[in-house]
Amino acid sequence: MRHGKYPFIIGFLVVPVALYAIFVVWAYIQAFYLSVYEWSGLGPVTNFVGLGNFQKMIHDTLFWQSIKHNAFLLILLPLITVILALVFAFLLNVGGGHKGGVTRGVWGSKVYRVIFFFPQLLALAIVAVIFGRVFGPDKSGMINGLFPESWQPWLFLADERYAMACILVVLVWQAVGFYVVLFSAGMGNIPQEVYEAAAIDGATRVTLFFRITIPLLWNTVQVAFVYLGIAAFDAFALVNIMTVDRGGPDGATSVLSLMIYRNAFEFSQAGYASALGVVLFFVTLSFAWVTLSATRRESVEA
Amino acid sequence: MTTITKTPGTTARSAGRAPDEKRDLKIATGLSHVALVAWALITAGPLLWVLLASFKSNTEIFLGKPFALPNSFSFETYANAWSDAHIGRYFINSVFVVVISTAGTMLFGAMAAYVLARYKFPGNRAIYYLFVSGLAFPTFMALAPLFYILKSMGLLGSYTGLILVYIAYSLPFTIFFLAAFFKSLPYEIEEAATVDGASHVRKFFQIMMPMARSGLVSITIFNIVGQWNQYLLPVVIMSGPGADQKLLLTQGIAQISVSAGYQAEWSTLFAALVLTILPMIVVYAIFQRQIQAGLTAGAVK
Repeated sequence: MRHGKYPFIIGFLVVPVALYAIFVVWAYIQAFYLSVYEWSGLGPVTNFVGLGNFQKMIHDTLFWQSIKHNAFLLILLPLITVILALVFAFLLNVGGGHKGGVTRGVWGSKVYRVIFFFPQLLALAIVAVIFGRVFGPDKSGMINGLFPESWQPWLFLADERYAMACILVVLVWQAVGFYVVLFSAGMGNIPQEVYEAAAIDGATRVTLFFRITIPLLWNTVQVAFVYLGIAAFDAFALVNIMTVDRGGPDGATSVLSLMIYRNAFEFSQAGYASALGVVLFFVTLSFAWVTLSATRRESVEA
Repeated sequence: MTTITKTPGTTARSAGRAPDEKRDLKIATGLSHVALVAWALITAGPLLWVLLASFKSNTEIFLGKPFALPNSFSFETYANAWSDAHIGRYFINSVFVVVISTAGTMLFGAMAAYVLARYKFPGNRAIYYLFVSGLAFPTFMALAPLFYILKSMGLLGSYTGLILVYIAYSLPFTIFFLAAFFKSLPYEIEEAATVDGASHVRKFFQIMMPMARSGLVSITIFNIVGQWNQYLLPVVIMSGPGADQKLLLTQGIAQISVSAGYQAEWSTLFAALVLTILPMIVVYAIFQRQIQAGLTAGAVK
């Protein structure tokens, strides 16, 4: 241990630290720095505007529209996904009732789990391409193809009233399976005796679900809310690939991540894009903090 | 007909199961299956539809009846997707990038995590927290600066740039996860090796890495899937002149989708999607258990 410890430590750390410092740390520092400049992305950064970019944001209707859409996803994506995943996981693990004092999942629960999980493996970009066609606005779209001949085709993504709901549906479609597996793992850790004791007391499955499963799984549910909330702030691949006019029609599916990308690389507004990034950072961070403190409750030790 | 009356569980019931309770249980189990089958269909339906449509002509696709079998099974669309739409090339590009970047992530991530977890030196905690704090920052925030950093280094539109960025952005989680793992490993074997005169480097590669195998496997799978599915970083970095030959699979599919949309000619796109998804189904079928464990590892921790 005596000789050669420091050369070894430095030798092992130098590459990862250098890579991380250049491409991650330096980029984030620059983002804060650029957020107070007006900069097109070309030439020297000289036009200091202070909080100008943030003032511009306040008067930018597209910004508020995007925030609204992010909020829509932020509330509904975790809620719907967690509820569906909890119900399915419960059916898979406890739904088979109890025989001889052993609580069982329904028959074939392994097969269900394998199918449910698969979408998680697909890139959001590929999911976006698939669902762009599933929601196709004519007979070539899957859903419109399933409708009776006499129906007028639905526009889905081309209708500004429903476009955002379509995005939400796709995100839920992809996420549910992952959380079914996650919650199943958690439910597997709940000791059999707990269910047994409750069953002897005559508890129905509904009671088991609300009185035993959910309280004992609360920590995992909390994690799920934070993860899904963070996913709700992304959705970039979906909106960029799937929607009409990228973020349209008429801004109806614009989200913060898309705004950052387009300002940085299409509208030559690298300074404004960085300011939007700073806002995204603080919004994400406060979301995580609020969720963790709002859902804090006495965790029950199994 | 379909309503079930749940008898309250408080009514006195002794060991022997009343027949009506048994029937209730059957109905409830049946309903469970209905719900689960419904979701399985919703999950698999769009994928099955893509497969069927990939054999259809464009005219057939526009006829509706999405789940009807194709008139004939022609593989012409596949030939188009492979050569004209360049799916083959995009696929190889993605494999190339992900193999190198995951290997790099694992090597450098494990090295840093090991040193940070098991050696005391001034600045250890500072470096550790610097890495872990990366988890709190959204990638979108760094997008514009990252582009200009790469540009100034002449790495824009190059695999080198993309691979280095993949590694750098995968380090926070990899180090966070592996440091905890290395900490949990026993110290006795390592001490014995030290007594035997093994060097630090040798201890790492021959003793610690094999002992940490299960953790390394989980996080390797996590990184492979995460980097394979990246869309944002390639879109930003693989841009500029000459980059169209170097597109990754996610980008390539998105581009095919756009050009298919202009011509309302969908059959090639469906074949391209099948060629993209099929290998993943094969890999998933083989490593299903490990993949589920690897991807959920982060959330369980």
